[in-house]
Amino acid sequence: MKIDRRGFLKIGGLGILGVAVKPVIDVVSKAKLAEASSKKGVLVEKRLAMVVNLKNCKEGCTDCIAACHGVHNVPDIANPKDEVKWIWTESYENAFPDQEHRFIGGGMKGSPAILLCNHCDNPSCVRVCPTKATFKREDGIVMMDYHRCIGCRFCMAACPYGSRSFNWRDPRPFIKKVNPEFPTRTKGVVEKCNFCEERLAKGLIPACVESCKNKALVFGNVEDPNSEVREILRSNYTIRRKPGLGTGPQIYYIV
Amino acid sequence: MNNRGMIIAGIIIFLCLITFPIWYNVVGGKAAYTPELKIVSKEKQCVESTKYMRSQHMQLLNDWRNSVVREDKRTYTALDGKKYDMSLSNTCLNCHSNKADFCDKCHNYLEVTPTCWNCHVVPEENKL
Ligand code: SF4
Ligand code: SF4
Repeated sequence: MKIDRRGFLKIGGLGILGVAVKPVIDVVSKAKLAEASSKKGVLVEKRLAMVVNLKNCKEGCTDCIAACHGVHNVPDIANPKDEVKWIWTESYENAFPDQEHRFIGGGMKGSPAILLCNHCDNPSCVRVCPTKATFKREDGIVMMDYHRCIGCRFCMAACPYGSRSFNWRDPRPFIKKVNPEFPTRTKGVVEKCNFCEERLAKGLIPACVESCKNKALVFGNVEDPNSEVREILRSNYTIRRKPGLGTGPQIYYIV
Repeated sequence: MNNRGMIIAGIIIFLCLITFPIWYNVVGGKAAYTPELKIVSKEKQCVESTKYMRSQHMQLLNDWRNSVVREDKRTYTALDGKKYDMSLSNTCLNCHSNKADFCDKCHNYLEVTPTCWNCHVVPEENKL
């Protein structure tokens, strides 16, 4: 076949036009695909969250802490400088500093609140992590990949809730009974609550929720209007910790 | 070339010294030994063929790790279609419960120190 200069330019022009148009076609076809799959109910929204009913929480009870720290091999280091915690208690005033005043009643003043990682919608810890060791899953769980954590502790500085602990020392000697099914951590990594993602994968509810005899903890999908958490959020007035910071915490409290 | 004898003798002594580790092992009968692995296992076959596992287990474990931790996908389908839970502590060590005679033998021989055990619990340790 013989191509003259004119023919060559025509074919070249068509080629360039094709390359330019392709992204547009891609977008359109993808949009069609998404539409089709959402119709079949494939794109189900999921957002895991927890409601803590402080009215039901009995003072002095530590069942949820024992259950969580037991299954996750959280070391029990007495020295507060080195301590590691996934779920813990703090007085109401310290837990909700922006909703505190001199005359707080209802038995809340000084009474302990259960605290854990808020699995924020807009987690500042994820924003700052330089290695993506901390990341957010599609179901909202803010996860840690301990294999990737370099121990820079940016995330600890970024988290406004103190949800993260650094392993200043080898945690193994401080674990009373090691659960062989779950790894321990090592010196030099940060750790925090994982919303029991390893239990969820087996169809179990989080260990803390399971262990609470007073039904002070309820866990579920807030995107599902028929879920228990949504029912509780509908029928009760709930607050969150430091919502003004914009992290979108997903642990709701009934006080 | 008056020092020829001295130079050649020097070279020979140098060569002897530099190859010392080699012939020391030959004389000691330790030359080219391969570590003897004790395989204690409930199953006849590992998740993949022995040959593949021997050369690729580190890659396989890396893939398992990324899949479980980052994608929440926990089931591995082997070449023969069998399905396994991707877990070092609960699947691998369930069969290979003798880390000292299995993992360590080779790793020590090759002078590699994987950091897996800093976090993942070795079965014997439960008894402590
Ligand atoms: S509470 Fe802290 S650690 Fe948890 S997701 Fe929010 S910012 Fe991150
Ligand atoms: S300490 Fe680990 S998880 Fe935290 S920001 Fe640094 S690398 Fe990421």
